[in-house]
Amino acid sequence: MARFRGFAVVLVAVGCALGATAATAQTPKRGGTLNTIVQPEPPLIVPGLNNQGPTWIVSPKIYQGLLRYSSDLKPMPNLAKSWTISPDGKTYTFKLQENVKWHDGAPFTADDVVFSIMKWHIELSPRSRQIFLNITKMTAPDPLTVVIELEKPFEPLIMMFDETSAAMIPKHIYDGTDFKTNPANQHPIGTGPFKFDQWVRGSYIHLVRNDAYWKPGQPYLDDIYYRVIPDSASRALALETGQVQLTQAGDLEPFDVPRFAAMPNLTVETKGWEMYSPLSWLDLNLRDKPLDDKRFRQALMYALDRNFIHDKIFFGLGKVAAGPIADATRFHDASIKPYPYDPKKALALLDEMGLKPDGQDVRSNLKMLVLPYGEVWTRLAEYCKQALGQVGIAVTLESTDAGAWSSRIGNWDYQTSFNFLYQYGDPSLGVARTYVSNNIKKITFTNTMGYKNPEVDALFDKAAYEPVAAERQKLFSQVQKLLYEDVPVVWLMQLEFPTIYDKRLHDVIISGTGPNDDFGAVYFTE
Amino acid sequence: MAKLARFLTGRLIKAAITVLAVLVMNFVLIRLAPGDPASVMAGEAGAADPKFVAQLREQFGLDRPLHEQLWIYMRGILQLDLGYSARQQRPVSALIAERLPGTLLLTGAAFVIALGCGVALGALAATRVGTWADSAITALALLAYATPIFWVGLMLVLLFSVELNWLPSLGMETVGAKLSGLAHLCDIGAHLVLPAITLGLFFMAIYARLTRAEMLEVADQDFVKTARAKGVREGRIVRVHVLRNALLPVVTFAGIQAGQLIGGSILVETVFAWPGIGRLAFEALLQREYNTLLGVFAVTAVMVVLLNLLTDLMYAVVDPRIEVAA
Repeated sequence: MARFRGFAVVLVAVGCALGATAATAQTPKRGGTLNTIVQPEPPLIVPGLNNQGPTWIVSPKIYQGLLRYSSDLKPMPNLAKSWTISPDGKTYTFKLQENVKWHDGAPFTADDVVFSIMKWHIELSPRSRQIFLNITKMTAPDPLTVVIELEKPFEPLIMMFDETSAAMIPKHIYDGTDFKTNPANQHPIGTGPFKFDQWVRGSYIHLVRNDAYWKPGQPYLDDIYYRVIPDSASRALALETGQVQLTQAGDLEPFDVPRFAAMPNLTVETKGWEMYSPLSWLDLNLRDKPLDDKRFRQALMYALDRNFIHDKIFFGLGKVAAGPIADATRFHDASIKPYPYDPKKALALLDEMGLKPDGQDVRSNLKMLVLPYGEVWTRLAEYCKQALGQVGIAVTLESTDAGAWSSRIGNWDYQTSFNFLYQYGDPSLGVARTYVSNNIKKITFTNTMGYKNPEVDALFDKAAYEPVAAERQKLFSQVQKLLYEDVPVVWLMQLEFPTIYDKRLHDVIISGTGPNDDFGAVYFTE
Repeated sequence: MAKLARFLTGRLIKAAITVLAVLVMNFVLIRLAPGDPASVMAGEAGAADPKFVAQLREQFGLDRPLHEQLWIYMRGILQLDLGYSARQQRPVSALIAERLPGTLLLTGAAFVIALGCGVALGALAATRVGTWADSAITALALLAYATPIFWVGLMLVLLFSVELNWLPSLGMETVGAKLSGLAHLCDIGAHLVLPAITLGLFFMAIYARLTRAEMLEVADQDFVKTARAKGVREGRIVRVHVLRNALLPVVTFAGIQAGQLIGGSILVETVFAWPGIGRLAFEALLQREYNTLLGVFAVTAVMVVLLNLLTDLMYAVVDPRIEVAA
């Protein structure tokens, strides 16, 4: 907690923590019901069994990880009160908090940690599995100590212990059962500040205060309702009328945000996504001509006015992306500047390639699969069609729904589309997967573009297992420059998801996982 | 009575065949949509590997050949088992059972509003044809007929929830209020007003126009003149002679509406965050949740078939000259 306070003071000094400023000066008050939104309704809220965005909004209040992360991505204690990493980078030792109990009263011990990581997440979580397979041995020498051993050092491992990567799962409930059909999945049990109470499908999920929570005094709220409101205009109305006091993630469309920013009773906060730093791009199938030509891809970069996209489509939310690593992610190279908007240069590149305009002024045709995740992506696709049309690239938009989109991307059955991916704090965890050739797979969120560059592969591989952070920085700077030049995808925006909340609510965003954190510290004032 | 029994038996057998045919067709049709539940979940997870997708396909039973899946599904249906939602890890019948009351309440209320107000307004307009009341009702009906339903919903919310703060705009009850008895019913009632009106408005307009036109036509017929010549009071002429004879097309339409209302409330359920099966079906479609979607189709198909049967029986009640026959 002391660590967080120190961090908040820094923020205030910088002058960018609008909501937290007042909050940190007060003593938290007990009581109150928080009404907020979960959108879309997840099928399950057990980490690992379901890994959708909305699951990560609700489940971290119930389940916790060993660590939390500040907004500058420094690890902070959570269920582990301290940790040490051996000088050779191969042994991690975690000391656990004492007197932590599961919601059913059973004690939380080191055995639960070993079970959660070595059995649960390796069996179920597609993303965490890749990372945790680096672990050669994990042991619990005593009930409050966990030791992880690696074959070779893997520096980013320390970023993998928050609730969205490695939530702690109760061994006494799941071990030896079929994880997927265990009846406990309908009644989640964790160690977090809130307990699962009731889920009325289609209406709400109700969490209540965990009176036996291990952090003294917390949580301050009595209960939380996550309401299911499927229509985005209705969600905006719910916030406007005070029926909910908090919206997060993709609850509201960007074009609604300026309206709420102007309301005196609401705070709009864009911090709290540093851990994820969602980066969006125009995805290109590099197997198709002329997308296989670097000059054509650079022409796409020059032809799109990404400042316009930032100002007019995302309404000022987020930042224009320069390259593959978002600036909140570790090892971002700030010397890389976004490609400028320069349609003349785009035309020159197309000329150089020999793509001359035909009678209709068309040099090339492209099909663009619209991302079916809300109005803003449709508008973005429409803008791209316009802008590319101006340099003689005729775009045909293809509409689809979420199921067809992910199936077509997974089958490489697209020419261009949009996508955005979480970076999970470290390029080895959330960036490399898009560009390394051994991840060219027939499945979404892999290197579906089919990008192959042996130099890039070698650099990402070396950087992942390089134990010294400064050395990793050098390698990642090199790979960023290579990718910037090569343009395997057209980076568009570092997305920002606004968290909008009632001014009576405090300490909502206090870490790099923001609304995906546990909300134990959140409190209401009158 | 024997005639009625024979009629009912015949119709019920036909109904069962229809429902089975609907299910088989639906089963095949939804498989034509690109993607499957596993690819959807892989897309939602923001990270996936081939093992993850293979696990899901196995869990959903999608690794078996299609005809085998169909056989497993139909065998379940014949045992009145709607299957299991692997995504939600619950039986489909439970998912539908918890949503069905919400939809029936909403569509039932909308149906009553549409039919009651529609026929009343139509009769009022017909008996005052050419007056300002007639013009007002006709204009209102035209407006309600031509306006998109979600827009009407949003406007009603803006007026009654945001501006006037009279009625709640979301959900089926006040979340966390823990009301019981009469207070609980009133709470649900207050939540019901806006979505039911929104849903009922379109059909109300149809009924009003239909009733008005039919009544004007019937009013010109000889038996009405005879009744009037006999000295029957005007109120009785309108009720017994004109309105009753004008109602047949309204019954036909009501039969159609009753069928549509079950599935046609998706938009209203979405705008008002009403937990009904319309939304369940729509979400199941987007998520390629085959079993849930087929389950909703099965329930709605049964409802539509039964309502059609009821409509046919109603003809005989409204007009005794019509007989039921298989």
